[in-house]
Amino acid sequence: MPIPFASMDRMNWNTKAIDRADRLARARHALGRRLLGKQVATDAVGALLEATLQPGDRVCLEGNNQKQADFLARALVQVDPQRVHDLHMVQSVLALPEHLDIFENGVARRLDFSFSGPQGARLAKLVSAKRIEIGAIHTYLELFARYFVDLTPKVALVAAQAADAEGNLYTGPNTEDTPAIVEATAFSGGIVIAQVNELVDAGTTSLPRIDVPAGWVDFVVRAPKPNVIEPLFTRDPAQIGEVQVLMAMMAIQGIYAEYGVQRLNHGIGFDTAAIELLLPTYGESLGLKGKICRHWALNPHPALIPAIEAGWVESVHSFGSELGMEDYIRARSDVFFTGADGSLRSNRAFCQAAGHYACDLFIGSTLQMDLDGNSSTATLGRITGFGGAPNMGADARGRRHASAAWLKAGQQARTGRGGAAGTPRGQKLVVQMVETFREHMQPAFVERLDAWTLQEQAGMDLPPIMIYGDDVTHVLTEEGIANLLLCRSDAEREQAIRGVAGYTAVGLARDRRMVENLRDRGIIRRPQDMGIDPRDATRNLLAARSMRDLVRASHGLYAPPKRFRHW
Amino acid sequence: MKDIAPGLETLEYVFPGERPAGDFAPVLAGVVGSGNLEVLVEPAPGSDCSIRIETSARGFGGIWEAVVRDFHARHPLAGVRVSINDMGATPAVVSLRLDQAVSELTP
Repeated sequence: MPIPFASMDRMNWNTKAIDRADRLARARHALGRRLLGKQVATDAVGALLEATLQPGDRVCLEGNNQKQADFLARALVQVDPQRVHDLHMVQSVLALPEHLDIFENGVARRLDFSFSGPQGARLAKLVSAKRIEIGAIHTYLELFARYFVDLTPKVALVAAQAADAEGNLYTGPNTEDTPAIVEATAFSGGIVIAQVNELVDAGTTSLPRIDVPAGWVDFVVRAPKPNVIEPLFTRDPAQIGEVQVLMAMMAIQGIYAEYGVQRLNHGIGFDTAAIELLLPTYGESLGLKGKICRHWALNPHPALIPAIEAGWVESVHSFGSELGMEDYIRARSDVFFTGADGSLRSNRAFCQAAGHYACDLFIGSTLQMDLDGNSSTATLGRITGFGGAPNMGADARGRRHASAAWLKAGQQARTGRGGAAGTPRGQKLVVQMVETFREHMQPAFVERLDAWTLQEQAGMDLPPIMIYGDDVTHVLTEEGIANLLLCRSDAEREQAIRGVAGYTAVGLARDRRMVENLRDRGIIRRPQDMGIDPRDATRNLLAARSMRDLVRASHGLYAPPKRFRHW
Repeated sequence: MKDIAPGLETLEYVFPGERPAGDFAPVLAGVVGSGNLEVLVEPAPGSDCSIRIETSARGFGGIWEAVVRDFHARHPLAGVRVSINDMGATPAVVSLRLDQAVSELTP
């Protein structure tokens, strides 16, 4: 006699499919003739949302680092909170005011996210007023991972450049998060709604390429205006100073050349822009072309144009795109990942994986670092999260393939150690590059991170630390480089950090003898120890000293957004 | 910003010199601009190195003292007057500018 399965108690194993069919039927009924195939009339977007959304739904409103589903965001603010309320938002970035308006009017209640840069202060206020419950703050990759485990969206509201009559989507160069969001939603009985800038009629015009196939998309709405997008990665070389040039020289000479770094990711900022602009000048003079910086996980930084033109760069895979770089990318398809149509295909999930597993070095900046090397950009009164930095700036513990840079870093960290800590393996180079004082003389080095106070104020499980000290391998300031891989005690680490902390209170409190000892052992290296004379650090070393220089270097292909045109 | 009160602050330091700078044409390095500074180095009677700072960023005397002390340790000049006009430059920029100025001293 067969043993009855427990599953026989369950009457229905397809509730998601039934729920999905119900929602689609409700939408068809509510829209009537304002629905044609998958195309929804622009003015019917509110009816569409009220028909497909239910109270308590988990919803991903595509808020990317750059591209925003802004039309759908405005529509969501305007739904009737009697019908749609208590939504659980799961989105990587809170960039627009509407992303928080829905919490103020009761449409949404709970939030899981990665980054809230521009909305960080308002988010903190709403949390302390108990208008928002935060589930957790994630890295990008971590949030995408949870889309496929326990934060799967029921409804995804995404943005694309164009759709055809069947509902195929072309995202244009800023594909960003869209594939990850849509895949999780479409394959779990969810509903995918896309706002598009244009509709093409397959009869006369067709999509340049298909980024999301029609079978994964339920509704398409043409937005009255093109979606909002921010050029976050453009840095005007005119604003790079000599101290940043000096630090870039040390990065190239003291770290990139020292380890032979071929594959890397740069954080945003003037410090890393200076490195990019020094490759074809200072890097060239050191004979490093072809020996460092060949493969990048990086948005299309305009500051990288001179290095690309000088033949330094073999490949760049991107999280998103950058406004104004479209024609340049199209003309340099050997370097960038482009579709058969010629335009960039970015993908935040894949590029985050690439940065984590396939890069040997991450270099970025921070607002504060403590004496354990923990660093954070969290400041009081703001809840922002860190986006991708914690994945870029962390040793990839699951990595198994070797490279010279990875092996050398691992060897420095493990030499002389026994047991599990001495088992040979490589290590990712994680460099924190900071001037000892930021603007308004705010010290970058502190005894105690603001993150601890923020944890107390906001009742977080952990202090919001961006990059943990035990992942940081080098601290680079205008005073020199501290190689934390070579430190063998907490006391050595502390003095190594104090020893490059300049005239901050933390730096002035150094043990001078111990710091000199660390310098003798090569744990601290001053510019002179690397053969660098700080007086050579002039803006003349920058391969481009203005936006106009970047345009010229691109042979006129780079078209900077208006706000960066000063000529 | 809250740490920076309006108005200039004047700071003066005098160190006993060791290496006579001799007679030289005055040297000017840098420009007065936000986050930047101007350094003027001139010959002066006696064997001291005197440094006078006018800065728009008030309340950082302790840091200035450490910066100019280190400068004098690098370049123990005698018979020199250094005048600094600062508009909120970081210590890194100040040190760099001082070194640039000294490297141009030609008797």
